[in-house]
Amino acid sequence: MLARPMKLRLIDAINVVSLWAEIFSWWSEVQMGPPDPILGVSEAYKRDTNPKKINLGVGAYRDDQGKPYVLSCVRKAEAQIAAKKLDKEYLAIGGLGDFTKACAKLALGDDNEVIKSGRNITVQTISGTGSLRIGANFLSRFHTEARDVYLPKPSWGNHTPIFRDAGMQLKAYTYYDPKTCGFDFQGALNDISKIPEKSVIMLHACAHNPTGVDPRPEQWKEIADLVKKRNLLVFFDMAYQGFASGDIDRDAWAVRYFIEQGHNIVLSQSFAKNMGLYGERVGGFTVVCKDAEEAKRVESQLKILIRPIYSNPPMNGARIAATILNTPDLYKEWLGEVHGMANRIITMRELLVANLKKEGSTRNWKHVIDQIGMFCFTGLKPEQVERLTKEFSIYMTKDGRISMAGVTSGNVGYLAQGIHAVTK
Amino acid sequence: MSLFGEVPQATPVAVFKLSNDFKDDPNPMKVNLGVGAYRTDEGQPWVLPVVKKVEKLIVADNRLNHEYLPILGLPEFRSSASKIALGEDSPAIQENRVGAVQCLGGTGALKMGAEFLRRWYNGNDNMKTPVYVSAPTWENHNSVFANAGFKDVRPYKYWDAEKRGLDLAGFLGDLETAPKHSIFVLHACAHNPTGTDPTHVEWMQVAEVMERRKLFVFFDSAYQGFASGCLDKDAWAVRYFVTQGFEMFCAQSFSKNFGLYNERVGNLTIVARDADNVRRVLSQMEKIVRVTWSNPPSQGARLVAITLNTAELFAEWKDNVKTMADRVLLMRASLQAKLQALGTPGTWDHITQQIGMFSFTGLNPKQVEYMIKERSIYLMASGRINMCGLTTKNIDYVAKSIHETVVNVQ
Repeated sequence: MLARPMKLRLIDAINVVSLWAEIFSWWSEVQMGPPDPILGVSEAYKRDTNPKKINLGVGAYRDDQGKPYVLSCVRKAEAQIAAKKLDKEYLAIGGLGDFTKACAKLALGDDNEVIKSGRNITVQTISGTGSLRIGANFLSRFHTEARDVYLPKPSWGNHTPIFRDAGMQLKAYTYYDPKTCGFDFQGALNDISKIPEKSVIMLHACAHNPTGVDPRPEQWKEIADLVKKRNLLVFFDMAYQGFASGDIDRDAWAVRYFIEQGHNIVLSQSFAKNMGLYGERVGGFTVVCKDAEEAKRVESQLKILIRPIYSNPPMNGARIAATILNTPDLYKEWLGEVHGMANRIITMRELLVANLKKEGSTRNWKHVIDQIGMFCFTGLKPEQVERLTKEFSIYMTKDGRISMAGVTSGNVGYLAQGIHAVTK
Repeated sequence: MSLFGEVPQATPVAVFKLSNDFKDDPNPMKVNLGVGAYRTDEGQPWVLPVVKKVEKLIVADNRLNHEYLPILGLPEFRSSASKIALGEDSPAIQENRVGAVQCLGGTGALKMGAEFLRRWYNGNDNMKTPVYVSAPTWENHNSVFANAGFKDVRPYKYWDAEKRGLDLAGFLGDLETAPKHSIFVLHACAHNPTGTDPTHVEWMQVAEVMERRKLFVFFDSAYQGFASGCLDKDAWAVRYFVTQGFEMFCAQSFSKNFGLYNERVGNLTIVARDADNVRRVLSQMEKIVRVTWSNPPSQGARLVAITLNTAELFAEWKDNVKTMADRVLLMRASLQAKLQALGTPGTWDHITQQIGMFSFTGLNPKQVEYMIKERSIYLMASGRINMCGLTTKNIDYVAKSIHETVVNVQ
C-alpha cells in the first residue's frame, strides 16, 4: 500500500526535473542584440516591396543598372587561376606572399624605400575589418604607453566597437563641419594639438567614410607636421584606394607623404571596393618599422595574434588580387575599371545636384560635388532620413550618409524628388 | 627610438616551424609526418574530385558575384552544415532550436563560440569560468580560449601514456570535481593528437556526469567523415548529447573532410532550448562577428553548400571522404604490421586502434629528435604522427626508422 504513493512521488519528481530542464536555458539572460546600423539598412531594404525603393545604405558599388559589378579583370584572373589547378593547402599565417608584397607596393609605391629596406611587415587580413582588428589587437598588446585611439568625428561606425573590443579607449578629434558640410581644418588642428603624446590617431587615407570629406594636400602637410610634434602613432585606414579620385597614386598620396616625413605608420587596406572582392575578404595590415630586424619581431607577434582567431587567411580573394596586381595586362585593366567606377560616382554626384535644382531646391548642395568617394554626407537630419525611408522607400544610414554607388541615372530623379520633399 | 623597440621575437608556432624545417631539409628520404593535411599515396595534396567539379560550376556561373555575405554567413551553407553534424532528422532541427554561424575554419568557429561564452554564458563576464581542454589537445585550443578572455584554461585527464589509451577514470574524475558550469571542449571524433576516442558507452558516462554537474558542452568536430569513413558514425557522440537534451556548441571544420584547408570553411552549430533562445544568441553572435571580420569569405562556403545540397554531388563527396579515410586505415594497418614483423619493442596495437588522421606513437621527445635529426622524419615533439604522411613508398623507411629509434634511443 505504501509503495504506490512513493512511486507516484518519484514520477512527479522526474516530471518536475524534466520540466525544469525544458524551460531552463543557459541563454535566458542573453538580450536581443540591436541590428547593425549599417548592414541592418540593407536587410530592411530587402524586406521592402516598393518597386521604387533605393538602397543607399551599405557601401558596395553598383553599376548604372543598380547591379553588383564583377570587374572584368577579376573574371579574367579567376579564369587564369582555375586553369592552374592549384592545391588548397593552408596559407601561411601571414597569408599569400604574392599578395602581401603586391599589397604593400600598391599602397606605398613600387620604389618606396620602406619596401626596399624590408622594414615593413604586411600580413594578409580578413578585408578591412580584419585588418583593423589585428591592428587594434596589436596596439592593445604592445602599445602600452597609451590606450587612447583618436577617431575623426564622425568615423566609420564599426571603428569604435572594434577598438573597444580590443581593449582600447576611444576619443575623437573634430573633423567634419556640419555648417559647411566640409572639413573643419582649424577645428581638427586645434583638437590634434591637444592629443596626449603617444596616443594613436586614426586617419582616413582618402574618401573619408562617412563624410566623403578629405583634407587637401596642403592641409595634410600641416596635419603631418602637427602629428609629428605631438608624437602620435598614426593608424591609416585606406579602404578606398583608387575609388576616391580614380587614381591609385593620388589616393595614396597622404599615406606616402606621412611615411616620407618619417612617420612609422600602421596601415589597413581593403580590396573589397576597389576590386569588388567584398565577400572574398581581401585585406592587408602593414606596420612600418624602424628596420628589417624589428619588422621580423613584429611579424612574429602578428602571427601569434592571428592564429587563435582564424589560424590563417582565405586563399581565393587574395589569389585573385595577387594575380591582378602582378600581371601587367590585368593591372592595367584594373586601373581602368577603378577609374571607371570612380567616374560613374562623380557623374552621379553632378546629376543629383542638377536634379535637386530642377526640383526647385534652393539649398546649397555644393558639398555633394565637393565630397569624394563612395559616400556623401547629405546633411539630412535623422527625422528627414526617417521620412525618406518611410515615405519614399529610400534607405540610408541615420546620419544622412548615402552611398553614391547606389545612385543610377534611372533613380537619381526619384532620389532628388525625395530629398527635396523632406528638406524644402 | 621606436614604439616597437620592446616587441620581443615570438617563438614560431611549432607545427608550422616543423613544416618549414622539412622544406629546407635536403635529404631525399625525408618524410613529413607533421601538419595535419591529407596526402595521396604519391605524397601529394589532394583536391577532391567533387571540389574540382563544383569549382568549375562556380567559375562558369555568371549569375554569381562577390557581394558581401550576411554577417552570419551563407544561409544554405549554415543549415546544410548543421545538418551534417546533427543529422537530417535531428529532433533539435525539427524543433527549430538549431542556429549556426559560418566562420573562418574550425579555428574561427571555436573563436566565435569562445567569445560568446565569455560574454554571455551563465550570466555575463565569464573571464574566471574554467575552460577544460583535454590533456593533450590541439595546441591552439589553449590560445583560442585564453585570447577570448578566459583566464582559467585547464587540462582534463584524457590520455593514459602508460596504457596508450583513454584515461576514463581520470576523465570522469575531472568532470566530477570541475566547478559547476565549467566549459568542456570535447573532440567529437578522431581526437587530435591522440587518435583515441571514447567508446559509445564511455561517452554515455561522460554525458551523465556533465548533465548532473551542469557542465557546458563544446564539441570540436574537425574530422567528421575522416575518422571511420562514415559521416553518421563519426557524429554519434554529438548526436547522442543532443538527444540527452543538452544545449551546446559544435565547432565544425570543413578543412579536412572537404580538403578546403585554405578557404577557411567552418560552422559553429548552436543547439539551444528553443527558437527564441537561438534568435537572441545569433543576434549577439552578429555583434561579435562584426568586430572581428564583419562577414565571412564566400568561396568555400558556396562550394560546400552546393555540394551538400545537390544529391549526386553529396554522394560523390561522401565517396571522396571514404577514399581518404580508407587510405589512412590502410596505412595504419600496414605500419602496425611492419613494426610487429620487425619485432620492434613495445606494443603497437594502438596504431590500429586509434582513429583519424593522427597517431600518438608513444615516442618520447628524445626519440622524436632522433627521428628528425638522424632520419629526416618530421613529427611533433609529442610523438604525434600524421598517418596521411605515410605512403606505400615510404612506409618501410618509416617503420625501420621507428624500430631503430626505439632500440637505440631511450
